[in-house]
Amino acid sequence: MNAFLKRRFFDQIAVMFGREPKKPAAISEPAQQIHILKRATNKEKLQAATLAHERSKKVHKWRNRRWAVLIVANLMFTFSFWLDIQILEGALTASRFVGFHLIDLNSALQVMLAHKHIIVNLVIGTATVFVLWLILGGRSFCSWVCPYHLVAEWAEKIHLYLVQKKLVTDQNIDRRLRTLSWIVFAALALATGYTVFESISPTGILSRALIYGPGLALLWVLALLVFEVFFSRRAWCRYACPIGLTYGVVGILSPVRIKYKLDSCFHEGDCRKVCLVPHVLDTVIKGRAVDTEVPIGPDCTRCGLCVDTCPTGSLTFDVKGLSKLL
Amino acid sequence: MSESKPPNGAQPPDTPPPSRERVRQARRRWLRTILLTGGVMGAALSGFLPLVYARTKRLRPPGALDEKDFLSSCIKCGQCVQVCPVQAIKLADLVDGFGVGTPYIDAREQACDFSCDAVQCILACPTGSLVYKKPAFLGSRKGARLAAAPILKAKEKDAEPTLNLSERIGVARLTRPEACLAIQGKGFKGQVRGPSFKGRMRYMEVNRWKPIGVAEHPYDLAECDLCVRECPVKGAISIETVFAPDGSKRKSPVVHEPCVGCGVCEMICPVEPTCIVVDAREVWNT
Repeated sequence: MNAFLKRRFFDQIAVMFGREPKKPAAISEPAQQIHILKRATNKEKLQAATLAHERSKKVHKWRNRRWAVLIVANLMFTFSFWLDIQILEGALTASRFVGFHLIDLNSALQVMLAHKHIIVNLVIGTATVFVLWLILGGRSFCSWVCPYHLVAEWAEKIHLYLVQKKLVTDQNIDRRLRTLSWIVFAALALATGYTVFESISPTGILSRALIYGPGLALLWVLALLVFEVFFSRRAWCRYACPIGLTYGVVGILSPVRIKYKLDSCFHEGDCRKVCLVPHVLDTVIKGRAVDTEVPIGPDCTRCGLCVDTCPTGSLTFDVKGLSKLL
Repeated sequence: MSESKPPNGAQPPDTPPPSRERVRQARRRWLRTILLTGGVMGAALSGFLPLVYARTKRLRPPGALDEKDFLSSCIKCGQCVQVCPVQAIKLADLVDGFGVGTPYIDAREQACDFSCDAVQCILACPTGSLVYKKPAFLGSRKGARLAAAPILKAKEKDAEPTLNLSERIGVARLTRPEACLAIQGKGFKGQVRGPSFKGRMRYMEVNRWKPIGVAEHPYDLAECDLCVRECPVKGAISIETVFAPDGSKRKSPVVHEPCVGCGVCEMICPVEPTCIVVDAREVWNT
């Protein structure tokens, strides 16, 4: 990792905690060359290319894969219980995969802070899940497993339709709120001795509803979705959910991420329009990329919507070190 | 978000002081941020309400820590629900506040009859909310600890007849002696809770490993002793001759120290409403 990428690496951690992305202070020589070259390229030529891409067919490869994984993962819980096949017992907060403990990192944190006593099973389950998401990419949990993410994605479609019809506007909210809520919920668990966040976690509520049947708690999830549809796009995942931040921190060191290639990018910004966390894609803005290839930061959920939507293939899934190994 | 506009709130470094419109936008954004914060925190802290109102106590699964510790340690995964052979354990809903998603037993509908023999819910618990034996630092309420490991009637002839349980989850109490069939000297014939009752129990004489519906097991008793007869724990309840307030002798179910609070007596009592209930989290007072 060169000095430019190193600086961006730390910048992106700050961005995850809520800082707005800034214009880079320094850009590597090869990247600078490309930026200059792009400025000199015939604008009409680019526009023609853009139009051609706009007419091209929409791809949903990664989205479909992701939805399949998410649905299968959640149904595995459901059917393990319903059919008593005992593959994945429990709920998303804590479970056993053919006997091995798996415990959601944020739930584990809440319990540890509230109860102030940690038993062996809790440590085993937490460590297993930590390693799992360290390998699979931190916030991949959000987009590939969390059931709330899926329903929020559908709500987002309604929201975007309403925005297009000019019936609502997306009211953005300060992203530092998520860091605040992480701290407040951790402090509340520690101070009150109750796992306060767990009582409103839509991930836990939905997971339990899928396995043990619906309850009144779904009203809270519904309230969140209504807020997101009519008021603020993906508000819970973007601005409030401490689970996302917990997994985001795990993702800092994860080898799985989206990689951005500067030279092929047309800077149309389609990726930023579909992205849950567009602040991680600031690098695709004209003149912002600090190097010819830039890994996307830890707040990225690795959902692959940008990969699907990018008409030039400038955004791809990447496993750090794997290309070197092969 | 169009590409020409800088992202949320980010100012190009060389612009003049923000316009009035920008300031207004920033202020609105703050208000929205406060609104969402308030909403989320309000919802989260509403979990305190049921505690404030001191709602009826929930009967927790066997081995549960004291309520405060239980609520702080339960991760709300429902693994205890999944292993229970009679599905006695249910998960609480929103009205339980911080208890949402935590397991409880509604003994009248389906009591814990220990038909798993091993208290599997404790075994399944990943966070130690349900324990065979409390860790030393948690301390035990007076009278919560059982004097001896309870002997399971169903396992009485086994090499190891005891149940791995060191604390009770409640104590049974005769709440309506005036309606109790045993006290009135009445018998009972038929299905104890009617044909539509869903509750299940293990009957050793039917099948040790497969609980059946209580409705499938009708009784014909000259004198009702169902709470004693079906109690899974040895010596927890018996029919004794007691003196009534007027000095006359009569028979009555009497609860003893080995009662763990499983609630089978509450489920099996054929009178509506039940004459005997388990007081959740009650301790044994001598």
